[in-house]
Amino acid sequence: MMMNADLRRERAAATFQPELLTHILDGGAERTRRRKEIEALVINDPDFQHEDLNFLSRSQRYEQAIRKSSLMVMKLREYGIADPDEIYWFKRICLGSFPEPFGLHFSMFQKTLETQTTDAQKEKWLPLVHGVKIIGTYAQTEMGHGTHLRGLETTATYDPATQEFILNSPTVTSIKWWPGGLGKTSNHAIVLAQLYTQGQCKGLHAFIVPIRQLGTHEPLPGITVGDIGPKFGYDEMDNGYLKMDNFRIPRENMLMKYAQVEPDGTYVKPLSDKLTYGTMVFIRSLIVGDSARSLSRACTIAIRYSAVRHQSELKPGEPEPQILDYQTQQYKLFPLLATAYAFHFVGAYIKDTYHRISGDIHKGDLSELPELHALTAGLKAFTSWTANAGIEECRMACGGHGYSRCSGIPDIYVTFTPSCTYEGENTVMMLQTARFLVKSYTQVSSGQQVTGMVSYLNDLSRQRIQPQHVAARSVAVRINDPVSLVEAYKARAARLVEAAAKNLQAELNHRKSKEDAWNRTSVDLVRASEAHCHYVIVKLFTAKLAEISNAAVRAVLTELCLLYALYGISKNTGDFLQAGILTDAQITQVNQRVKELLAIIRPNAVALVDSFDFHDVHLGSVLGRYDGNVYENMFEWAKKSPLNKTEVHESFHKHLKPMQSKL
Amino acid sequence: MALTETGKYSQGSVLGSVNPDIASERQTASFSVEKLTAWLDGGAERTRLRRAVVEAIERDPVFSRENQYFQSQNESYEAAVRKAVHLQKKMHEMGWTDDGPEFKYIYRALSGDLAFLLHRIFIRSISVLGSDKQIAKWIPLATQYQLIGSYAQTELGHGTYLQGLETTAVFDITTQEFVLNTPNISAMKWWPGDMGRSATHTVVFAQLYINGKCYGLHPFIVQIRSLQDHSLCPGITAGDIGPKMNFEHIDNGYLMLQNVRVPRENMLSKFCEVQPDGTYVRRGSQKINYFTMTTVRISLISDEVVIPLMKACTIAIRYSVVRRQSKLKPREQEAKILDYQTQQEKLLPQLAAAYAFYFISDYLQELFNRGYREIQRKNFDMLPELHAFSSGFKAMVTQYGTSAVKICLQACGGHGYSLLSGLPSLYTKIFASCIYEGENTILLLQTARFLIKCFMAASTGQSVPPSVTYLAAVTPEKCPAKNKLDFLSPDIYTEAYQHMAARLISSTAAKLQDLIQSGVKKHDAWNQCTVQLAQAAKAHCHYITVKNFAETVEKLETQPGIQKIMKHLCDLFALHGIFSNAGVFLHDGYVSGAQMDMVTASYLDLLAVIRKDAVPLVDAFDFTDKTLNSALGSYDGQVYQRLYEWAQKSPTNKQMSPAYERYLKPLLHKTLSKL
Repeated sequence: MMMNADLRRERAAATFQPELLTHILDGGAERTRRRKEIEALVINDPDFQHEDLNFLSRSQRYEQAIRKSSLMVMKLREYGIADPDEIYWFKRICLGSFPEPFGLHFSMFQKTLETQTTDAQKEKWLPLVHGVKIIGTYAQTEMGHGTHLRGLETTATYDPATQEFILNSPTVTSIKWWPGGLGKTSNHAIVLAQLYTQGQCKGLHAFIVPIRQLGTHEPLPGITVGDIGPKFGYDEMDNGYLKMDNFRIPRENMLMKYAQVEPDGTYVKPLSDKLTYGTMVFIRSLIVGDSARSLSRACTIAIRYSAVRHQSELKPGEPEPQILDYQTQQYKLFPLLATAYAFHFVGAYIKDTYHRISGDIHKGDLSELPELHALTAGLKAFTSWTANAGIEECRMACGGHGYSRCSGIPDIYVTFTPSCTYEGENTVMMLQTARFLVKSYTQVSSGQQVTGMVSYLNDLSRQRIQPQHVAARSVAVRINDPVSLVEAYKARAARLVEAAAKNLQAELNHRKSKEDAWNRTSVDLVRASEAHCHYVIVKLFTAKLAEISNAAVRAVLTELCLLYALYGISKNTGDFLQAGILTDAQITQVNQRVKELLAIIRPNAVALVDSFDFHDVHLGSVLGRYDGNVYENMFEWAKKSPLNKTEVHESFHKHLKPMQSKL
Repeated sequence: MALTETGKYSQGSVLGSVNPDIASERQTASFSVEKLTAWLDGGAERTRLRRAVVEAIERDPVFSRENQYFQSQNESYEAAVRKAVHLQKKMHEMGWTDDGPEFKYIYRALSGDLAFLLHRIFIRSISVLGSDKQIAKWIPLATQYQLIGSYAQTELGHGTYLQGLETTAVFDITTQEFVLNTPNISAMKWWPGDMGRSATHTVVFAQLYINGKCYGLHPFIVQIRSLQDHSLCPGITAGDIGPKMNFEHIDNGYLMLQNVRVPRENMLSKFCEVQPDGTYVRRGSQKINYFTMTTVRISLISDEVVIPLMKACTIAIRYSVVRRQSKLKPREQEAKILDYQTQQEKLLPQLAAAYAFYFISDYLQELFNRGYREIQRKNFDMLPELHAFSSGFKAMVTQYGTSAVKICLQACGGHGYSLLSGLPSLYTKIFASCIYEGENTILLLQTARFLIKCFMAASTGQSVPPSVTYLAAVTPEKCPAKNKLDFLSPDIYTEAYQHMAARLISSTAAKLQDLIQSGVKKHDAWNQCTVQLAQAAKAHCHYITVKNFAETVEKLETQPGIQKIMKHLCDLFALHGIFSNAGVFLHDGYVSGAQMDMVTASYLDLLAVIRKDAVPLVDAFDFTDKTLNSALGSYDGQVYQRLYEWAQKSPTNKQMSPAYERYLKPLLHKTLSKL
């Protein structure tokens, strides 16, 4: 079919080559080539074809997902794809917006066994895991316990007589709840439980627990396991529950690389438990990247559709304009587009930093870890909150059709939104970052210098000596210069960190306990963390510009970077005004400049989403199709809806007809 | 809740007793919950009636919603039809009527999960747009369900801009019929409820052509399905538009018309008529059409926004006193999550907003009633104001409400994501209200147009409607507050809102004028100011909401217990708005930086005060457990037990999935290649 004329015009008018930007996002032209090659393997493979998942019941969707998961295992092996990035490319084109029930097997289950087992345990379990002779998951969260790990209630009591652990779920709140793949798929689970030996509780430890019979897949005696029921999204995933009643496992099933229980029940303490930090940092950094990608997909759909959709009139007597020509529509979408780019660069930065220092971590040098840990916690929360709201805004910007499942945005939203909760609840994450910020502030106050992203706090003491400093700053901000805007964000972060730290101190002075004072300051602390993360993002985006060699691409990214920074100011004017960083007049200029940038970015909007280079199969959206033939395909899609299977629905015979004949 | 015996899991013995963590919240209420409920209902007698209706509905197993979250699209649709049919019988039995006081309570008890809601719009549009003769013919057929109607306006390519609709109706003088056609794929009717599967008839909006001349949009009654066997009529293509985020029980439909002929008498002709010789006659004023839209938007605020928001608050707040997580003090038990300031700061402003919008919905209803009386006296003066109000508040309240429900959902952590929490479906439903009955941005711009006009009039000394006289009022340049307690004075914060709204409207008006004077065409200037205009319209509605809340509290002096807590909520609603929009209050120096710190301090103090009454404040909404349909929000607070028992009923646990035999087993045994 021909490409929609509006989109053709949009693409012809772009001032840069989208492929060049794609290469930057992929990390080089060669990587783009390889990614496309891998995607083609899936797209051209008839085995991966299936009906639109939106037309299936949950049980059917689960079945499809299992079919695909199993196929992927085989095909990846067949093609010899083993690089993590390449596996990721293969899987995401295969899964679209959806999770896979084997997800936890290949991530947490395998990773935990690789890192927390003894050599003997590795020898026994890893071949089974790699060969998918067993399927496992990771059961930590309980119905009544998530954030506060020490509060988990599941127990593992050592019985020296039989050299076994006895696992129990003593209360309803202690039932394991939520682990992916637990309900129906897995036959093993790593279970976190409070270890009791020789009458003493030794805290949380990990155990390998078989839960289903190999061969029949029936739950083992003493195990109650099942699916936790329907959710907002994740229909493919059998998030499960697990209840254990005096379930016995051999002593060797405790993961013993660090802590150990000897045959007689003697407990041997671990040396250090900081190493688990690294995994968390890694997983949270993935969420930052995922925020970028999910938001990018929603932007692609909303912007392409806004170029195809015509509505109302801008000029009397003229044809209906593309809705993308309305200022209000641009104001909804372009700041999100800029945000998506910002998050891409931040995600890449965190990933690189993690890889750079993970060598040190393995050597036991943890010096850079606290800052990276604090930074990823905050950025995970900041980016997932922003992307979550942004995806919703994109859906809203598509009007009624955005609400239809055919738009694909509902699926992106419901799949993405739990990332605000999992791997660290966002508010809790922000408070962890705040703890680091307050600590750094306290160091500075006591005369020590701090390094890294928080080094701006060092300036605070200087400002106190020169009271004019802050006021003088306001005139200095140049609103067309990203570097100057980084300074403005820095000043805002410094001011909010200082305010939160001072409020905390004031609460402490009111004879409050440390915990009360912290709690009574937590709203301020979250604001401080947000301002810090916002600063880091503007800084990283700005730094990225210098690395871009192609002038046309650099120009358009500079516009996006400016829009990102200025829009952020216009949404948080209170902070900038109150701190005296910007004047009323400058705020008015900022607001004006944001609107000018919308008009400047407008001609490149479609090319900027094309650069994300999402294949239609991955996008899974009728509204966001590359060719823009939206309406014809909506009709084709609707005809396949389950309600349309028969021309006269059975409800007519069951209910309508009897009613009409009775009345 | 120590459940060490396995038997107790299946028996559910804790259900029926109240969780002590929620019981203790109720012992310390600062006011009488029952009195607040009665006051919200508009009197104890109304409360009694509401409870009677809700109980009658809930006792009837046909109306059960227990399996709602487990249903497929087909099952939901069938259930909605079954309920709608059964409801007719029930209403007859109970002596309830469609326009009686009970209907609102029925709707509340069923949470709107009912088919044939568009049938009601069908009836209403014929009553408003039809001639007496048409009313006499069609209304009895519709009310007795001899036919099922729908209302087809929106097209695949056209929503907001009605003039752009493409469906045509050409008058054929020789047969005295209209010939209806869908000329393009984008002209297909798309979205109308009840049309995909149920409706036999629908009101179709089409461009009327007589002798080659277009007369604009007109409504026509078109039969689409056979009354005998429900098959599609000749020339009709119709079906369901496929799965959506919610409203799976409603068969939103598409409709394509190919040379479909309807008799001349099927054009609804109260205002316009085509005579047999093709003469087009217009009569009466169509202004009343506006009024219908106004009615729908106002009733939607209460039914589709305020009630779902109240439910979401009930669920999230009750859950937050049952859920314990982490420790506030070492050596103590884990704390209720509602004791964390951050959790209070998420939920309590939404609770205050639920009350604020409940009151604004009453206010709008009253304004509307007054307008209606005037219109009956043929005085249309209030129409522009009513229209502007209904548009602006529809937009502001739906948007605010959607974000509030989302906050409630996210504040419940992982369990909020389970459909069994009830929150996802509340969210996806309220979300749709931002689009239907007028897209919000468009509506805000309509309100802005009215405000700019009033501002211009007021500044040249002309009279303007009472709600906008403030645009010309002289206010102090600076906020007079001296300490944080001053910000608990309604005069202080109401004035701050007034100043802020007036400033945004006047500065936008000035910008518009500047642009026009500098030679920019009027429509271009308008488009260049739309971001600001929408902001100004929202500010106006926010101001009126705060002012109305403060006035409502003032009128409560006969009930001091309730007045006190309502005053706290009013303060919280107002200060939360200033705290979260600090920039617009600081911008021209009306509120100083030091004053903003006072606002923040007072705002955070209020959280701790309202925290103590949070559970009684949601109890006062008086939702039954069945209405909430939530594992997290039930009155007894037995969250975990309910969640566990309910999850076991999921079809994924009851039906054998073929996934293991078909895929997992071969994979584990490495015989997948045989697939």
